[in-house]
Amino acid sequence: MKKYTFTEKKDTRSGFGAGMQVLGQKNPNVVALCADLIGSLKLDAFIKENPERFFQTGIAEANMIGIAAGLTIGGKIPFATTFANFGTGRVYDQIRQSVAYSNKNVKIACSHAGLTLGEDGATHQILEDLGLMKMLPGMTVINPCDYNQTKAATIAVAEFEGPVYLRFGRPVIPVFTDPDQEFIIGKAVMMNEGTDVSIFATGHLVWEAIQAGEILAEQGINAEIINIHTIKPLDSEAILASVKKTGCAVSAEEHQMNGGLGDSIAQLLIQEHYVPLEYVAVNDSFGESGTPAQLMEKYGLNAASIVEKALKAIARKNA
Amino acid sequence: MEIAELQKVASQVRRDIVRQVHACQSGHPGGSLGCTDLLVGLYFDQMTLKSDESGNKIFDMNGTGEDLFFLSNGHISPVFYSVLARSGYFPVAELATFRKLNSRLQGHPTTHEHLEGIRIASGSLGQGMSVAIGAAQAKKLNGDNSLVFVLMGDGEQNEGQVWEAAMYAPHHKVDNLVAVIDYNGQQIDGPTEKVMNNRDLGAKYEAFGWKVITMNGNDMADVVAVLNQARELSGNGQPIMILMTTEMGAGVDFMMGSHKWHGVAPNNEQLEAALAQLPETLGDY
Repeated sequence: MKKYTFTEKKDTRSGFGAGMQVLGQKNPNVVALCADLIGSLKLDAFIKENPERFFQTGIAEANMIGIAAGLTIGGKIPFATTFANFGTGRVYDQIRQSVAYSNKNVKIACSHAGLTLGEDGATHQILEDLGLMKMLPGMTVINPCDYNQTKAATIAVAEFEGPVYLRFGRPVIPVFTDPDQEFIIGKAVMMNEGTDVSIFATGHLVWEAIQAGEILAEQGINAEIINIHTIKPLDSEAILASVKKTGCAVSAEEHQMNGGLGDSIAQLLIQEHYVPLEYVAVNDSFGESGTPAQLMEKYGLNAASIVEKALKAIARKNA
Repeated sequence: MEIAELQKVASQVRRDIVRQVHACQSGHPGGSLGCTDLLVGLYFDQMTLKSDESGNKIFDMNGTGEDLFFLSNGHISPVFYSVLARSGYFPVAELATFRKLNSRLQGHPTTHEHLEGIRIASGSLGQGMSVAIGAAQAKKLNGDNSLVFVLMGDGEQNEGQVWEAAMYAPHHKVDNLVAVIDYNGQQIDGPTEKVMNNRDLGAKYEAFGWKVITMNGNDMADVVAVLNQARELSGNGQPIMILMTTEMGAGVDFMMGSHKWHGVAPNNEQLEAALAQLPETLGDY
C-alpha cells in the first residue's frame, strides 16, 4: 500500500477560495456570485481583489442562477456559489432551463454538501445533489477530495467550456494530494494499485478509502484505490481496466445510494463487464444533527465501512 | 422606419403567427398577436443590431456592441420566430417547420438547435429577467453601452423568481435594462385578477426602485415613442419597467377579449377568417 501522509488539515471550501483567488488574478473574465454566504464560500480574497467582478445576490438563489446564465452572454465565466442544497435542489429548474439546456458556461460551485455539514442537520445536508446534476444532459459533475485538489479543480473548470457542478464541503480533512497537481476533468486518479478489490471513492471518502486500504493491507488484501473526482463524464476506461484486474468493486461517496457515483459505476459494469459491486453510501435516508465524524460513522461512510464492504465484495467474487 | 411601414411588417408577422400555429395545430397565438407591435418596433426600428452588407443579420451569442432582447414568456415563440426571420436572422421559409419534428423552431425558444437570434431557452416562466440582468451586467463589465430588453407576461409575475430579480436590478443599479410586462390581464385559467391578482404592478415595481412607464402595446406610434423614452431614461441609475397594455389576440377580432386563444390553434375556416383581416404585406412564406 502506497503511503500517504499529511502535515495539515484544511476544508475543501478553502481550496475553492484559493482557486478563485488565482482565477481572479489570471483570468479577467471570471466573475463570482454568492447568495449571502461569502464567508462560508471563502470568497473574501476574490472579492477584495476584484470587487467589480463580484455580484451579491442576497438570499435569492433562483435569480443567482439566471444572472449567471446571462453573464455568460458577454463572455463572462460566472461561478455561482452557495450551499449545495440551495445551489442544486432548490434551483433545479433554473439550472435545467437557463444553464444546462441553454448550454451556458456557468460554474455552479457549492460548499457544505453532504452529512459533513454537521450540526445544522438534514435541511442543509443535501445527499441528492450529484444525482440531480448528473442527470442533466451536458452537465459536468466534479467532487474533489481535499484542499489541493479542490483548488486545482476550481482553476481547471474555468478553462473548460460548458456547465459544471463543482461540489465541496465544510469539514477540515487531511491535505494529502499534490499542491501542484494537474487536474484533468474526467480523468480518474490512481491512488494505489492493487489486485484484490477496486475501491472507487469520491470527495471526502477518498481519504477514508486510503485508510481502508491500509487496514485491508494488514489483512493481506491488496486494494486498488481510485479517486473518481469527476462523476460525469465518468472515466469508464479506468474503472473497467481496474475491475478486469480485481474482479470486484466498492464505491464510496457522501451521497444517497440512489443516483450517485455507485449507480454510475453499476450502469457501466452491467453493460460492459459485470463484477460484484458494493456501495458505501447513504441508504435512502435523510441525515441529522451531529458532528461530522459522528454522522459519517452512524451512516456508514468511513474507513471501517469501506473495509467491511470490500471484504463482502471479495467474498461474492469468490463465492 | 416610418410607423406605416412598421404597421405593414406587423401585419405580415401576424399572418405568420396564425399560419405557424395552424400548420402544426398547436402553439400560442393570443399572446403572440398581442406582443407583435412591440417586437416589430424593437427589431425593425429601435434595436441596434449587427447586419452584413446584404441586410442579413449577423448573430453571435455574446452580442457585444448591439442591443439584446430576451423573451421570458417563451410560449409566444411564434411572434419571436416570425420577427427574427423577417428581420433577417434565418430564412423565412423555416417558419413552416414550427413545432415539427427536427425543427430548430421548438415549441418554446431554445439555443439547443442553434437558431440564430435566440440566446437563452425560455418557457418555464420567471427566468428571463434574471438572465437579462446578467447580460446587462456583462455589458457594463465590457464597457458596452447598448441596452438589454426583456419581455415578460403579466401572469408570469406570479413567479417568485421575478421578484428576486425585481429586487436585485435596482439594488445593483442595472440601468441598461428595459423590462416590459405584457399587461393583457389574461392567463391560462382566466383573467389575472381572478387567477392571482397582480393588483398594482406599477406601484410594486416603483416601490422596488424601478422607473416605471406605460405603453399602449397595440399602437405602433406609442410603442416607438415609449421605447424612445425608455432609451432616454436609461443610464440614470435605475432599471426601466414598461407596463405595456395589450389586447390578447390583437389584430384578429374573434381572438380578442378573452384568454380562450392563449394556447389554441385555429381550424381551416378560422385561419381564413384571420388572414382576411391581415393584409399580406411582405409575402407569405
